[in-house]
Amino acid sequence: MSDVTHETTVRVAERVERLTAETSEGPQGLLERRATDLNELGREVGAVLRGTGLALDPRDVDVERSDDETMIINMGPAHPSTHGVLRLMLELDGEYVLRTKPVIGYLHTGMEKTGETLRYMQGSTNVTRMDYLSPISNELGYCTAVETLLGVELPARAVWIRMLMAELNRVASHLVWLATNGMDLGSTSMMIYGFRERELILAFFEKTTGLRMNHNYIRPGGVAADLPDGWEDDVTVICDTILERTDEYDDLLTGQPIFRGRMEGVAPISAEEAMALGVTGPILRSTGVAWDLRRTMPYLAYDQVDFDVIVGTYGDNFDRFAVRLNEIRESIRIIRQCVERMPRGDYRVQDAKVTPPPRARIDESMEALIHHFKLFTEGFQVPVGEVYTAIESPRGELGCYLVSDGGPHPFRMHVRAPSFVNLQAVPLMMRGGMVSDAITVISSVDPIMGEVDR
Amino acid sequence: MIPLPPTAPPGVACADALACDVACFPTPDAYLNLVRAWREDGFEVCADLCGVDYLGHPGRDLPEGVGATRFEVVVNLLSVSTRRRVRVRVQAGDREPRVASLFGVYPGTEAMEREAFDLLGILFDGHPDLTRILMPEDWEGHPLRKDYAVGRVPVQFKEAPGPR
Repeated sequence: MSDVTHETTVRVAERVERLTAETSEGPQGLLERRATDLNELGREVGAVLRGTGLALDPRDVDVERSDDETMIINMGPAHPSTHGVLRLMLELDGEYVLRTKPVIGYLHTGMEKTGETLRYMQGSTNVTRMDYLSPISNELGYCTAVETLLGVELPARAVWIRMLMAELNRVASHLVWLATNGMDLGSTSMMIYGFRERELILAFFEKTTGLRMNHNYIRPGGVAADLPDGWEDDVTVICDTILERTDEYDDLLTGQPIFRGRMEGVAPISAEEAMALGVTGPILRSTGVAWDLRRTMPYLAYDQVDFDVIVGTYGDNFDRFAVRLNEIRESIRIIRQCVERMPRGDYRVQDAKVTPPPRARIDESMEALIHHFKLFTEGFQVPVGEVYTAIESPRGELGCYLVSDGGPHPFRMHVRAPSFVNLQAVPLMMRGGMVSDAITVISSVDPIMGEVDR
Repeated sequence: MIPLPPTAPPGVACADALACDVACFPTPDAYLNLVRAWREDGFEVCADLCGVDYLGHPGRDLPEGVGATRFEVVVNLLSVSTRRRVRVRVQAGDREPRVASLFGVYPGTEAMEREAFDLLGILFDGHPDLTRILMPEDWEGHPLRKDYAVGRVPVQFKEAPGPR
């Protein structure tokens, strides 16, 4: 009898070992406490503010706790609540989270390396796929960097079209966030509503750019095409509908006791902690810091439009929800001003070295044909230099660091993805919370894995 | 152009930078102290940290006294209170690039430094967990290096059908 038990134990142990070997990420994963450096331990429990030194308060990281009392579990990478392929490793004491470590890279496709082999004009097809919920912001960030290096001045209409599209995209992105956040909390009706309203915007994007997602609409030197006829009516309908429906979501969620119970006071983060971690966007604003690049370091024509920067107070889940909900309203205010004040004129810069000639000119003019041919076979040269530009994407500061060696390809193209940095706040927000709150924490950070892994 | 902070280490070269107030070029030894001085001067956020491999493009524009090396680490700092940006560019070395980790000053650089290590092989002294972050653990080489052979899948052209 005992032989049989022994055999079973050995077989189970073998199986566990095999499974561990198959699924382990090695030192990338969350390790046992005795195998973890003290500073790393501090990071995993979310101890962020330690002054300038590296000394940690041992009480902060519970060094006394033995590994036998706790359990390390794995969440993701294919968990429905992780919004893609985010994998979290959690150390649990009962149902309370002690340590967290996000394991990423499952969607890494080497976009920064690809960016070095594409010409500047092709680059926006590449970056648009990073943050797939706000492709316009990616294109804008990249094109701003290219144009700063080139030193071109955009025509006013291009600037305002970009602003209109970026704000529509922000509304669409926040609507998806509302939808998925609702779904994570079990409110499946919100899921349907959010995606339904987003579809209005995507339909307009399709009409304008030809594609629902990954538009490649904003290009160095302007935008790909002018707005379609009757766009004012389309946009006005979108604004009216979404504004009305936003009030309905407010009724549906904001006062709802279950929703408030899951959101209020859960996963708070302070302004100092957020800034130390480099966290930007709605998460930083929810802590009460009025930091919005559209206002504080204006680009495009954001200094000419009227809107409010929404801030929260406590930096908890509920504040992050409220900030995003109200940002939809502010974006619609900006969109309405774009409709009223859209200037006439060119939608791209009339510099033949950057912009291809109109199709009709190619039949008539030899020079136009040459320019067209050169632009699409060689691309344009960008002066030697390096630049870091940043814009406010729906998730925070989206920066693009571009190095040019004077050739037609970027020498180095690095994108500072807001989700990648914001994800570092997860261990801090998780600390001391329950596993069920982990879902709402991931949701309220709003990571887009395409952008995290690039 | 904004002045260097009062606690900055001596001998740091500065230059104007595009879309940014100033770029400064510390030596690897002065790097950590310079970033700490900027931190004390009100730069609360480290917006971005990335590495660049300048193999094949050595003639970049650097101020006098700064010797160009193959690898460079670029840090973009942001001051929320005074609305300024500053760039720190440190020459990290040729063979085995190595600089100090900023983890103690800005905990948020943890993931960015891991990314620079993973994709470019730059080592950060004092980093608590310098492991690969985007590539698999057992990956060989650092893909963003300019001498990293980009893998290609050969296109298999079918043979043209012969005459019947």
